[in-house]
Order: sequence, then structure tokens, then C-alpha cells
Amino acid sequence: MKRILILILIFVTAQISFAQRSLPKIDLKTMDNTTTSTATFNNDGNPIVISFWATWCKPCVKELNTIAEEYEDWVDETGVKIIAISIDDTRNMSKVKPKVNAEMWEYEIYCDPNRDFARAMGVSSVPHTFLLNANKEIVWQHKGYVDGDEIELYEKIEELAHQNIYEQY
Amino acid sequence: MRLSYLLIIIPFISFGQEQDWGEVHADFNLNAQTYTEDPSINAAKVDEFFLMNSYSNIRFTKGYFTAGIRYESYLNALQDFDSRHNGNGIPFRFAQYTIDGLDVTVGNFYEQFGNGLIFRSYEEKDLGIDNSMDGVRLKYRPIQGLALKGFVAKQRLFFEYGPGIIRGIDLELNMNDLLFKNWNTSIIHGFSFASRFQEDLNPVYNLPENVGAFSFRTTINKGKFSFNSEVAHKINDPKGGISYNNYASGSASMMNLTYSERGLGIIIEAHRVDNFDFRSDRSANGKELTLSFIPTITKQHAYTLSAFYPFATQPMGEFGVQGEVNYTFKKKSTIGGKYGTQISLNYSRVNALNGGHSVLTTEPSQTHTPMLISFIGEELYFRDFNFGFKKKINRKFKILWNYVDLIYNKDVIQGKNYGKNIHARIAVLDINYKIKPKHTLRTEIQYLSTDKSDEYDVDQGDWAMAMLEYTVSPHWFLAIADQYNFGYTDHEGIQHEPLHYFNINCGYTKAANRFAIGYGKKREGVFCVGGICKNVPSSNGFTLSITSSF
Repeated sequence: MKRILILILIFVTAQISFAQRSLPKIDLKTMDNTTTSTATFNNDGNPIVISFWATWCKPCVKELNTIAEEYEDWVDETGVKIIAISIDDTRNMSKVKPKVNAEMWEYEIYCDPNRDFARAMGVSSVPHTFLLNANKEIVWQHKGYVDGDEIELYEKIEELAHQNIYEQY
Repeated sequence: MRLSYLLIIIPFISFGQEQDWGEVHADFNLNAQTYTEDPSINAAKVDEFFLMNSYSNIRFTKGYFTAGIRYESYLNALQDFDSRHNGNGIPFRFAQYTIDGLDVTVGNFYEQFGNGLIFRSYEEKDLGIDNSMDGVRLKYRPIQGLALKGFVAKQRLFFEYGPGIIRGIDLELNMNDLLFKNWNTSIIHGFSFASRFQEDLNPVYNLPENVGAFSFRTTINKGKFSFNSEVAHKINDPKGGISYNNYASGSASMMNLTYSERGLGIIIEAHRVDNFDFRSDRSANGKELTLSFIPTITKQHAYTLSAFYPFATQPMGEFGVQGEVNYTFKKKSTIGGKYGTQISLNYSRVNALNGGHSVLTTEPSQTHTPMLISFIGEELYFRDFNFGFKKKINRKFKILWNYVDLIYNKDVIQGKNYGKNIHARIAVLDINYKIKPKHTLRTEIQYLSTDKSDEYDVDQGDWAMAMLEYTVSPHWFLAIADQYNFGYTDHEGIQHEPLHYFNINCGYTKAANRFAIGYGKKREGVFCVGGICKNVPSSNGFTLSITSSF
């Protein structure tokens, strides 16, 4: 009996997909305090980058600033969209919109003030960056940011964009 | 026997190929430290030699269904954590499904109503805060623009529960979705109610067993302006001590107005708190069993020395204001230069309520209600004026400069008895130099000086800090830092010699796995995240930190 159970367990476990991870459906706030859901994330089959950040997090702001300098080129070459999720609690949540405007970021921005989305994505510290494929499955992620990390991120986005082109033909 | 094996396995095989079996994901976090005795900084050794905190979340999702657990292990808890974090356990487990606008959760959950004034259940692992709820929660959105939430639960206290039963309900109305579909002004209203039931076991006083708090909030957006406000009221909630018997009700209110356009962001805000410490247990204090979360109205500083004197909301009573301007000088302008230049200006000030918080007792001479708004002549809790400047010089050089001038009331904020405030000025210079595209050298130079005049307390005198960090993307970092105290005479007249706090840290990151080790002395101090603070004792030793997720 024990062996049967073990066999079943192995089999069931093997069926559960460990590799690809789909995007959890969680409610978020927009910068105008309206409620939206991660289910609305869309980039017409092009890659999506989800970057968790906070107004008080120096490496986060640095990462988003560095990418901002090249973002236009990234979009032109790969069709990528960056969605930046602020985990600021209500102490700083009202500062997100002025901050984003002052920095002149062109990203799609949402707020996750009680970290429900961060928790569902296994984010324990910021910055934490995820790359999503055409089916909105997480194919790559990276914790932290040091200068130059945007190079690796862009290589991964390019790989994904090229795969998309092959699949279309 | 063989046949029975097959009979059991076949059904799994037959639909196993096509069925979606769901997904399992996990994350893992470990922090460990050794503790060596170091009389120069008053650091004690621990009997266990090393201490470790660790936890792992495991989450299963299939279609509309999600379930998860968190295993936590404190063997034994790190010194800066409460020792009631003790041993192993699964203090967090839940099952949840979401379908047709209805979301049902049984077990543990985190939740926040509005800005959190009357209810916020959350975790801040680095500070040892986890006031998750355990019970039943429903969320329902019958039509677009109307959202309802309700729960009945008990609150976590380490590996146990607080004594109160908490009930809460929240209603949010998006007026544009419901009524004014074509307005260019967006309006959102919210109403929340939370209540605690706790038995009255006090032999002397007649304490209310059901204590309710409610709040109303509004957000209005029009063009470049946003306005956000919330007011909350709590009925009488005596602290339950034999010697303290205050039957006054409490209130909290906050509002902010922002204006922003490309390159410019402005925010002004104010808040007032009076006798508003709402918890799952009327006699709890410290960081335990909090229900109300009153956002701190000061800037959250990001550098070690500018965050040396952090403020935290005084829930018993305070009045605070804050203003901030962020502006980017455009590229190719005189000040902007080739890459643009950014400046930020921030001011905040928090003072006591007139005559202290509300008090209502059977003794009419003790009864008191503070004025609604008063700043002048009130006891100052905190004042901060700071200025920042950020500029990219060329492709290799970036500089950042920060200046902070603050006044800190240590007696109120840390419960000391100095009789004087601390006045500190802090300057920070952060230089980033890119050696090669993936190799970067960064240095931070910081200086903190306390006012030596008789009007102020010198506290721990002056500090300097230098940090050098070398990073190789995407995997490696190495940082060396030294904090230096110039020596000082404390308020009791005791002479303290100059001291170095030397630290070295290095780490390796690959995708979602991060390993870091460090060695050095940590200074005693207040460590804060998001306005909540904890006291960290001084220590000397090795640290190890591992985080991972899949």
C-alpha cells in the first residue's frame, strides 16, 4: 500500500508544472486609487517586464532610471512593455504619482500597498524583476539591481522577442 | 496486487496528459548571524554561538483555487527579534478561491481597509512584524464600481493568537463606474468599520467588551491634481490597566493633495491623531497586535546616517504636516546639462496636540479635549528639512548629494529622559563610476553632526561613514564600509572613546537566488522600514543571508 501511495505521489507531483509560472490574478491600485487586476496586463503577445520597486528604494529607482534612458529603443526593437509595481505602503503611496512624473518614466505603474501581489509572486525584497512571455508566463526573474543588470534583462527580452517572430512564421 | 497498482495508476495516466494539474511555487529566506563578545561596543556573545531566522512560503494554484502555507523557523531567533519568536511552526496557512467576483478565503490572510487607519494586517519580516489574521474573509464585487469586503478573525501573536475577535467590513464605491460615467473628474468613496470583542476581566473598571472604529475616505482626481483623505473615529477603549482609566474616544484624520506633470511633482499633506491606538488586545503595546496603521508623515530616508534619527507616528496624539517638491531640469538646459538634473526638496514637522491627547475619566479635573489644530508653542516631536540633488555628468559618472537638517525629540520617540531635543545635520555624497559596462564602483561618503549648543543634547556626537562598493553585473557585489564615531560625552557626563564600526559584505545573485555573507560590527540603533522601527543591539560577527524563489 505504501508503495502505491509513493507511486501515486510521484506521478501527481510530476504532473504539476514547476517550470513555467502563470501570472497570479490579484487586485492592484492604479496611481489614481482605482482598483484594477493583474488579469488586465496585456501587451498583444509581446514580452512584458514586471518590476517591483518602492519610492524609498535606491537601487529600484536607479534601475528604472537606467532603463528609462533606453526604453524607447527597447520598445521599438522588441515591443516590450514595462509594468512597474510600487510596494509603497500608504505612507508613500500618494508620492508615487508625483515621483513617476518628476522622473518622467513612461512605464505602466500600479500600486500594491499591502503587498498582496508581491507575496503571490514570492517577492521578499525590492527590486525584483520578472519577464513574461506571450502567454503571460514568467520565464525569467532576477532579484536586486546592480549597474549593468539591464544588459542581461535586455538580452532575455530580445531572445523572447525573436522566439515570437519564429513562432509567427 | 500488481493489478491493483495498475488500476490505481491508470486513471491518473489517462487524464494526466491533458489535465492542468496546477502549479506549485515556493520562496525561501534565511538569515543567520554569529555573535562574538566585544566589550568596546557592549556586544554580548550568545550561548548558541549562532542564531537563525528562516521561513518558506509554499503556494499551490489551480484555476480559481489557491492554497498556501508558510513554515517559520527560529533556532533561536536573531538577537534583534523578540524571543517569543521561538522554535518551528506553520503560523500561516490558507485556502482561497475566486469566481464571478466572489473571493472566499479561509485561514490566514492580510488585509487593509483604505489607508489602514482603522485596520491593516500586514507583514514586515525584517522588523519581526507579522500581524496576519486567521479566520474567514469574503470579498465581493457584484457590479463594476462596487467592492465589498468583510471578515471575522483572530490576530496572530508570534505562534499564538491575540485575545480579541476582530470583525470588519469595507465598502468602496467608484462613482464614475456607478453614476458619472463621462465625467473627467474621478471620485472614489470608501467606508470601513472594524470592531473588537474582548472579554472584560478587570475587577475594578467596567470596560467595554465591544470596541468599534469606523472611517470614511475620498479620493478625487482631476487633471494634474489628486486629493486623498480619510477620517476615522474610535469609540472609548480604555487601556485596561488598574492605574490608567481613560474612557475618551479617539480620532485620526489625514489628507494630501498632489500636483504633477512631466518633470514636476508636488505633494502637501497633513494629519492629526488623537488617542488612536487600536489593537486586538486592549493591553497590548509595542509592535504587537496592531489593527490601526497611521502612516508616518515624514520622509523615509534611504542612507544610513540620514536615517539615523527616524520618526515613527505617535498614535496617542500628534499633528503633522509635510511638503515635497521634485523637479527635473530638462536635458540641454543651462542647469540640466546634457542628461538633465534632478532636485528634491522636503519639509516635515510633527508636534504634540494642545495639552496632550483626549482624556475622559470620572475625575472632571483630569478630563481634556485638545484643540483641533495647533502648531505654535506645542511640544515639537520632529522637524526635518532636506534637500537632494542628482546629476549624471557623463556616460561614466553619476553623482547624488543630499543634505538633511532635523530636530528629534528622543524623549517622546524613544521614551528617554534627556530633557532636550537633538538637532542633527547630515550630508551625503554618492558617486557612481562605471568602469566597464558591467563593472561599477560606487562610493558613499556621509557625515552626521549634532548641535553642541546648550539648547540641544549632543546624543552620540558626530559620525562619519565611508562605503566603497564594487559590482559586477549580473552576479557579484563586494562592499566595504566603516562608520566612525568621533567620541562624545553623554548626558550623564560619561566619556565615550572614538570607535570604528567596520563591515565587509559580499554576495552572489543568480536569477532568483541570492547569497550574501558579511562580517563586522553593527552599531546599536533604531532600524526602520515603512515608519515602523525596532531597536537593534550592537553586535559583532558573521552574517549569512540566503533568499530564493521558484
